[in-house]
Amino acid sequence: MEIIMTKDKDLTVIDKVIDLSLKKKPVIEVKDANVWYNHFQAIKGIDMHIKPNTITAFIGPSGCGKSTFLRLFNRMNDYIEGFKFEGKIKIKDDNIYKKKINVEILRKEVGMVFQKPNPFPKSIFENVAYGLRIQGIKDKQFIKEHVENSLKQVGLWDEVKDDLKKSALALSGGQQQRLCIARTLAVEPSIILMDEPTSALDPISTSKIEDLIFKLKEKYTIVIVTHNMQQASRISDYTAFFYLGELIEYNKTKIIFTNPEKKQTENYITGRFG
Amino acid sequence: MTSAKEQRIIINQSGLDMLNLCISQLDKAKEAFLNHDSDLAEEVIYTETRVNALDLKIEKDCEKFIALYNPVAVDLRFVISILKINSELERIADHAYNICKYIVDHDMPVSKHLIETLEFEKMYETIDSMFQNILEAYNEKDVKIARKVFKKDKILDKINSTSFQLLEQEIQKDSTIIRQAFIAFSVVKKLERIGDLIKNIAEDIIFFIDAEVVKHQKKK
Repeated sequence: MEIIMTKDKDLTVIDKVIDLSLKKKPVIEVKDANVWYNHFQAIKGIDMHIKPNTITAFIGPSGCGKSTFLRLFNRMNDYIEGFKFEGKIKIKDDNIYKKKINVEILRKEVGMVFQKPNPFPKSIFENVAYGLRIQGIKDKQFIKEHVENSLKQVGLWDEVKDDLKKSALALSGGQQQRLCIARTLAVEPSIILMDEPTSALDPISTSKIEDLIFKLKEKYTIVIVTHNMQQASRISDYTAFFYLGELIEYNKTKIIFTNPEKKQTENYITGRFG
Repeated sequence: MTSAKEQRIIINQSGLDMLNLCISQLDKAKEAFLNHDSDLAEEVIYTETRVNALDLKIEKDCEKFIALYNPVAVDLRFVISILKINSELERIADHAYNICKYIVDHDMPVSKHLIETLEFEKMYETIDSMFQNILEAYNEKDVKIARKVFKKDKILDKINSTSFQLLEQEIQKDSTIIRQAFIAFSVVKKLERIGDLIKNIAEDIIFFIDAEVVKHQKKK
């Protein structure tokens, strides 16, 4: 991503792409989101719109609520004891916190990749096919095509095409994480949530995942939690800075990392506070 | 290994040292030129090696800061601005050095009359005032003070633009001053160029403080 250090008015190519996406309707709309874990308020009245085909990075110190906020988008917090949500979150115009919501359908629409690669103790093929099988799809050719296509999207096909029956646990950490992304892609979500997807990986694997995330933007909307400031500045179009459960600043990444509006944001990204 | 904060302090201090050294070099070059003091001119020439050493040190410190601390936002603007200001200061010191080289290499004092005609004192005063503005703007983080430099640079431009005609008239009156006239004309050009470099420094300071690019813009 091109880094511009100024308030210049000229649009760069990246800006033009972002501005095109601005004309589109938000794919995620959050209105006055509040989360409590028992008596502790983890998220405080956050509003946010996320446009389709963009990469949005959530940054902030540990415990600021960024992961909690991310997990609201596919209702991953529901099982945490004492969790309570107030507010409204719409994904593609559908309120995901209404009473009659099919969480399985929601999670098909909103996939998730975790910090630590978590392949199932199955073969590479079965890992990617898993989501399709639990959807009840039995057409072998369809599954085969989807597995191949997903593995190609994450750049893993050439590395594993001759070993599809091999255990996924035999892959390297970076390959496992790309496999997990392929597993997410196989069910064709429109949004992918990533919670520190590269924090357990070496620089080369991290670079591959970052390239992949950038490529995936063409088809998917990506929201990523990261503690790595350089990663946020390298790959995201928008960055949201959270602190003590509040959304302090949400803006184009190039503004956040060159001339943020809030002093708190500047202090955090420059390491003056943490 | 130093912390990012310590490294910022080191770079900041070296930048201020460079600025003060260049002001001192130019001040001495002025005195040497106006009084045709070749000893002082020799001192400026000798001190040029210190300027070059400080220039290299600042570049090295900035490289280290970028490589080790991945600066962003205000820190990134700080290090970029210091690198650019450093290069501009080094060039200003080069001009001071070259003025002194004229004094040493050509034993030809410029007459009081020519110095008055070409308003050298006014040029030096303007440059001095511009330097004070950038020093204050940088220390106080005040872009308004930095902007004062742009207006003052026009004074230098005006003197420079009339200098050719004035010297032509003086040579027509007395052709024996031709060597002095060449030296005087060269010094005027250098002082005008120093004004441009100080103007660039003011632009860098505005970028550092406000993230605003005023370079190549008519309205500053």
